[in-house]
Amino acid sequence: MTDKILYDLRGVSKEFVKGKEKITIFDNLNMSIKEGEFLAIMGPSGSGKTTLLNLLGGVDKPTSGEIWFNDSRVDNLSESQLAKWRAGNIGFIFQFYNLMPMLNAERNVELPLLLTNLSSKQRKQSVATAMELVGLSDRAKHMTSEMSGGQQQRVAIARAIVSDPKLILCDEPTGDLDRKTADEILSMLQLLNRDFGKTILMVTHDPSAATYAKRTLHLDKGEFVEKELTT
Amino acid sequence: MTSIFSQIFTVIMMNIRSLPRRLWMSFAATLAISVVVAVLLSFLSMSNGFKKTLEGAGSDKTAIITRSGSKSELNSVLSKDVINIITTAPGIVKNADGNPIYSAELYVIVDGIKRTTNTKANLPLRGIAAVGIDLRSNFEIVEGRMFEPGRNEIIVGTAILREFSGFDLGTTVKFGKSEWTVVGIFSTGGSAFESELWADARTLQSQFRRGNSFQTIRVLLEEPGNIEGMLEAVKQDPRLILDVQTEIDYFKEQGEALSGMVNLGWILSIVMSLGALAGALNTMYTSVADREREIATLRAIGFSNISAFFGTLAESLILSLIGGVIGTLAAYIFMDGLTTSTLGGNFTQVAFSFHMSADLFKSGLILALAIGLIGGFFPALRAARLPVVLAFRGGA
Ligand SMILES: Nc1ncnc2c1ncn2[C@@H]1O[C@H](COP(=O)(O)OP(=O)(O)O)[C@@H](O)[C@H]1O
Ligand SMILES: [Mg+2]
Repeated sequence: MTDKILYDLRGVSKEFVKGKEKITIFDNLNMSIKEGEFLAIMGPSGSGKTTLLNLLGGVDKPTSGEIWFNDSRVDNLSESQLAKWRAGNIGFIFQFYNLMPMLNAERNVELPLLLTNLSSKQRKQSVATAMELVGLSDRAKHMTSEMSGGQQQRVAIARAIVSDPKLILCDEPTGDLDRKTADEILSMLQLLNRDFGKTILMVTHDPSAATYAKRTLHLDKGEFVEKELTT
Repeated sequence: MTSIFSQIFTVIMMNIRSLPRRLWMSFAATLAISVVVAVLLSFLSMSNGFKKTLEGAGSDKTAIITRSGSKSELNSVLSKDVINIITTAPGIVKNADGNPIYSAELYVIVDGIKRTTNTKANLPLRGIAAVGIDLRSNFEIVEGRMFEPGRNEIIVGTAILREFSGFDLGTTVKFGKSEWTVVGIFSTGGSAFESELWADARTLQSQFRRGNSFQTIRVLLEEPGNIEGMLEAVKQDPRLILDVQTEIDYFKEQGEALSGMVNLGWILSIVMSLGALAGALNTMYTSVADREREIATLRAIGFSNISAFFGTLAESLILSLIGGVIGTLAAYIFMDGLTTSTLGGNFTQVAFSFHMSADLFKSGLILALAIGLIGGFFPALRAARLPVVLAFRGGA
C-alpha cells in the first residue's frame, strides 16, 4: 500500500426523494481511500452501502459535496465523461454477476476492451490472460448461463480486470454464493490486491468476507465506525 | 470515436441474440407490420395494374377524336359531315390514293355475365373497320377468324373470354333483338382493348339503328404526338365541336379512375399502421424492460447511452424490416398477376391484373420502416435514459 490518496470524499451528502418524503442516506460524509487498499465496507441492509459504491463508481451523483479521484474532481463530470472515466479506471463486480446471457464467457470478458483502441488480436490476448488468471481458460467458449454461480463470478472478475483498471468495486460479490465458493472468490480478490496492486472496495454484510480485506469500515446510519484489522 | 461504432454494433448484435427471449411478442409485432404492408400493396398494385392496362392500350401515333366534353367514347357522337371536315386537317397520314387514314368507330354497351360473381355487367361492343384494326398495336387473332363485313359476327377479346361467360368460340349471343356469332378470339398484348367485343362498324350501325353516325374516330398521325393541325382546325371551324387527344393521353385520363383506390389504400393502411405502431411500441418497451439490467451493466462498464439508444432502435428497425419484407412477399405471391375487372371510365368493365413494381415494394418497405422508426424511437430514448444504478439492484 502506498500513501497516495486515491479517493477523497469531502462533505458528501446523498438524499433520495420518495414521493413527498426525503430520505437522507449520508449527511456530510468525509473519507479517503488510499491506493492499494483492500477495503471492506460493512453495515446492515439499507445502511447505504450500495449507494456509497454507486457514488464512488460514478454511476450516481451526490446531492452535495465533492468526490475527488486521483486529485481530480469527478462528481461534476457529465454522463459521457463519467462513462469514459469508469471505462478507464474501474472494474465492477456485482452480486448477481450481471453477465450477458447471450454471449459466451470470453465475449463477456471482452466487453470492456471494445471501449479501447485495441486490435482484435490484442483483445484476444488480454481476454486469454484474464481468463487464465481466474482459472477458466478451458471454459472460454462456454455460455455463462450454463455455468455455476462461482464460475460466473470468476468470469465477472475476469471482465472487471481485463482492461487493467486501478480500482475494482464489488457489491456483495459473494452474496449469492455458498461458503466454499465465496472463499475462492475472496481469495482471488485478495490475490488481485496483493500481487497485482489493485485497489479493491468491497461492500458486504458478511463478516467473514470482510476478514479478507485489509481494512473494514462499518457503516451505520450514514456514519462510519472504523476498525483497523491486522492482516 | 472508433469505439462508438463497435459499441453500437456489439449492442445491436446482443439485442438480436436476445430476441428469442421475446420471440412471440416480437413475432406478433412483425406480423402486424406485414399485414399493414400487404394491405397497402394490394391497393397500390390494383391501381397500378389498372393504369398499366389502360396506358398500354394507347399509342402516340394515334389520335382519338370525340365530341367536345363527352369525356369518354360512350357519350360521344360524330356525324358523317363533321368526320369529313376534321379528317382533312393537316397532320393525318394519307394512303396511296391521297385519302386520310382514319377509323370511324361505334361504341355500344351490351350485357355480359361476370364469372366471379355471376352478375350482369356492362361490356363494350366496338364497331370497327379493317383500318381501325391496323391502328391497334399487337392485334392478333388467337383463335378462329376475323369477322366478315356485312355479317352479324363478332370477335371477342381474351380478357372478356377469361372474365365473362357465354362468349366461347362458335356460340351465338343475343344483344337486344340482334343475334351475333362469335367467330374469333383476339388479343392486343394485354391492353384494355382485350376487354372489348368487336364487330363490323357498318353492320353495327344498321343493327343498332345508328344511321350514318359514329362515336369516335381514330386517325394515324404523321408525326407521333403531334395533333396541332387538328386542334387548329377545331379552333378555326365553328362546326367542329370536338376534343382531340392522342390515344395515350386519352387512356391516361381513363386510368385515373382508380386513383381513389390509391387514396383509400393509403388511408386504410395508415389507420392500420396505428395499430401496428402500438404493437411495435409495446414490444420495444418490453424489450427495454427485459434488457434493463444488461443495458445498465454495459453503461456501468462504460458503454455510452448512444449505444443503448441505437441498439434498441436497430432492433425495432430490423423487426419492422422483416415485417415489411414478409408483407411485400405475401402481396407479391397472392396479388401480383391476380386478374379482375372493374368499371372503367366508359361505364364498361375493364379486365386487368394486379401489378407489383419496384416502386410499390419501396412504398411498402418505407411504411414498415416508418412504423419501426417511431415504434423504436421512444423505447430507445427510455433505454438511453435508464439509470446506471439499476445494474446494482437485487434480483437475479
Ligand atoms: N433510487 C432510490 N430512490 C429512493 N430510495 C433509494 C434509492 N436507492 C436506495 N434507496 C434507499 O436508500 C437506502 C440505502 O440503500 P442501499 O444503499 O441499497 O443500502 P444497502 O446496499 O446498504 O442495503 C435504502 O433505504 C433504500 O431504500
Ligand atoms: Mg446493497
